[in-house]
Amino acid sequence: MTLVPRAIKRPRKTFAKTGSLAWLTFPALLFFLTFAALPLLGVVVLSFMNWDGIGAITWAGLTNWISLLQDPVTGSSLWITILVVLLSVLVQGPISLLLGVFSAGRQKYRAVLSVLYFIPLLLSSAAVAIAFLSLLDPNFGLSAGLGLPFLKQNWLGEPGLAMGVVIFVLAWQHIPFHTLIYQGGVRQIPASLYEAAELDGANRIQQFFQITLPQLKYTVITSTTLLVVGSLTYFDLIFVLTGGGPGYATRVLPLQMYLTGFRSNDMGAASAYGVILAFLGLTLALILQRLGGKSRQSSQLEGQ
Amino acid sequence: MIFSHQSFTRRARGGAIALVAALALTACGSSGPNQGDGTAGASLWATTTGDQPVIEQAIDQWNSANPDSPMRGDFFSSDAYKPKIRTAIGAGQAPTLIYSWGGGVLTSYVDNGSLVDLSGFLSENPDIINRYLPSVLQNGAVDGATYALPINKVNPAFIYYNKAVFTDAGVEPPRTWDDLLKLVPTFNEKGIAPFALGGQSKWPSLMWFEYLVDRIGGSEVFDRIAAGEPDAWTDPAIIRAGEMIQELVDAGGFIDNFSSIPSTSGSELALMYTGKAAMVLQLSSQYQTMKASAPDFVASGDLGYVPFPTVEGGTGDPGFLVGTPSNFFSISSQASSSQQETAKTFLRDSVLNHDYVQGVIDTGAVPPIAGIEDQLAGSSDADFLLDVYDMVRDAPRFQLSWDQALSPEQADSMLTNLELLFLKQITPSQFGDTLNGTL
Repeated sequence: MTLVPRAIKRPRKTFAKTGSLAWLTFPALLFFLTFAALPLLGVVVLSFMNWDGIGAITWAGLTNWISLLQDPVTGSSLWITILVVLLSVLVQGPISLLLGVFSAGRQKYRAVLSVLYFIPLLLSSAAVAIAFLSLLDPNFGLSAGLGLPFLKQNWLGEPGLAMGVVIFVLAWQHIPFHTLIYQGGVRQIPASLYEAAELDGANRIQQFFQITLPQLKYTVITSTTLLVVGSLTYFDLIFVLTGGGPGYATRVLPLQMYLTGFRSNDMGAASAYGVILAFLGLTLALILQRLGGKSRQSSQLEGQ
Repeated sequence: MIFSHQSFTRRARGGAIALVAALALTACGSSGPNQGDGTAGASLWATTTGDQPVIEQAIDQWNSANPDSPMRGDFFSSDAYKPKIRTAIGAGQAPTLIYSWGGGVLTSYVDNGSLVDLSGFLSENPDIINRYLPSVLQNGAVDGATYALPINKVNPAFIYYNKAVFTDAGVEPPRTWDDLLKLVPTFNEKGIAPFALGGQSKWPSLMWFEYLVDRIGGSEVFDRIAAGEPDAWTDPAIIRAGEMIQELVDAGGFIDNFSSIPSTSGSELALMYTGKAAMVLQLSSQYQTMKASAPDFVASGDLGYVPFPTVEGGTGDPGFLVGTPSNFFSISSQASSSQQETAKTFLRDSVLNHDYVQGVIDTGAVPPIAGIEDQLAGSSDADFLLDVYDMVRDAPRFQLSWDQALSPEQADSMLTNLELLFLKQITPSQFGDTLNGTL
């Protein structure tokens, strides 16, 4: 326990002599301001402008926002985005957690499986989408290859099925990343906790719920934040896989933003979508951080 | 405190220096290919399609003949090219020669004053106008003035069919819509889908709609849509075409689950050449795709093709074609006058000259040039190429596909709602009403 105060005291002295520690954040801050804050501000300004990408930029006032709020596609894509976020969290969260706990074990076969699980993360979204597009082909895809007629479905033509396919493929691609986070989290839990629990006669399942899960609280928050904010911006995979279809059934907000900006060349309206997305992402991230409680900085290993 | 006053000012100073450095870097980067160098060296951007070697060869010939005014070519994949060229034009960094598909995007460049009006140049050089097939050339005009010249090949859509499947069923390919409807139960009874359709890609469905609307109501129907006339999307021909599409869907005219079939994966064509489907409406360029993926089928002579059927009582010209008339080159108005001269001479002398035409024919395509029957006859695909050539030569009009011809915003709405129409999630009049809102 005496280590902690000393560690804080010593640097404070050194900084008084050599200048501020804040200097060290400067390069990162500059990058952040130049490549994140400034463009974000530009997007807010652009959402009140008319711009087709080649002509002059003219003042639009609130027209972009009004037409956007009146467009039924905005509402439907917002709802679909929220649905994708919710379903992604519900599907990816538990599976990643369980796989993470499983792969944290030191057994060799688990290490081999972890490497295999990791592979989807190495593939680009476009490649994943094209591969699944071929697998789901009703005539030459998996159903024909494996001789399983029930796989011959209108995967991308039925709104519900298409949404299911999107959620599944997103999960297939992103679970490895979250598994990795959980694996690291689990390996940080001191073995002594489990030893004590075993002495107390707790079985595996009790250990999982009484030790592993509470100890992973902040890992859960980190992973869920990344998952929520990440699934807000899923775009490339959906774009290639369904193109937002059938109809508007899988047209998420980022896709609507891309199509408005780079297909319809309406940069003003696309910026307005961007503002909505940024606002949504920041709000959700903030809520999740709050859920972690104010004592976030306090140690989970107190009493150790 | 960590943030002392002194450190703050120092921080601010450091920030200012970094900002200046960043600005200086940007300034260095902004001298594009056309900015202020005053030489006659010109540049062109095009896509990495089958024509790239042909264009590269033309550039090489040009450069060895004109070392004082060289041409520089850059090639991009077509998906990457579309946003890139728009950004370049918006930023004043456009190449001298701009590659395009014509249509709504070309119109927006013209409206923005980004392109040079070629009408004067063409009236001085009437031989350039005369060498093109008229139905293709007219796609480079905006409001009666020519801004773009065709540079590669024609790509009309028609119906491909599997002759073996037709012989087995003892039937003939359709000439009229009624013939087509009669074929549907015949093939369905044999367990063969009458038509393959790559519905996931959306544009194959659009070709059906384009042909039907034109066959029923003539080209004026689309002209009114393109002109933005009110209620143009609820024209009786549009509604009737929508009804006919849904009738065909109901009758089982298209293969099951067609909206899960992408056109890009080649499975749409494979359905036809493996005999799982009898016919498919596709572009002439797919002939080369099939030659590559099913050489035995093409060589066996089982590949047939017929124009889209006529519709009884329709007022459209049966020779009407839809597809991609050609790609085009336009000259950027941002280019210096000497660069513009270089580009014009390049267009006149190097593009679609005898060698260039031969190059395009060797890729298995038909250049949009009049009087090339002899050259086509020497090709290994002579029969097919000559048929395509005749079709385009005799066409009263070769309509650029609507998703390209309309503004991109209208096109997005149209393709999405057309998908819903094919899926029967909306009625033809709902389709028309929704799209009237985009006019």
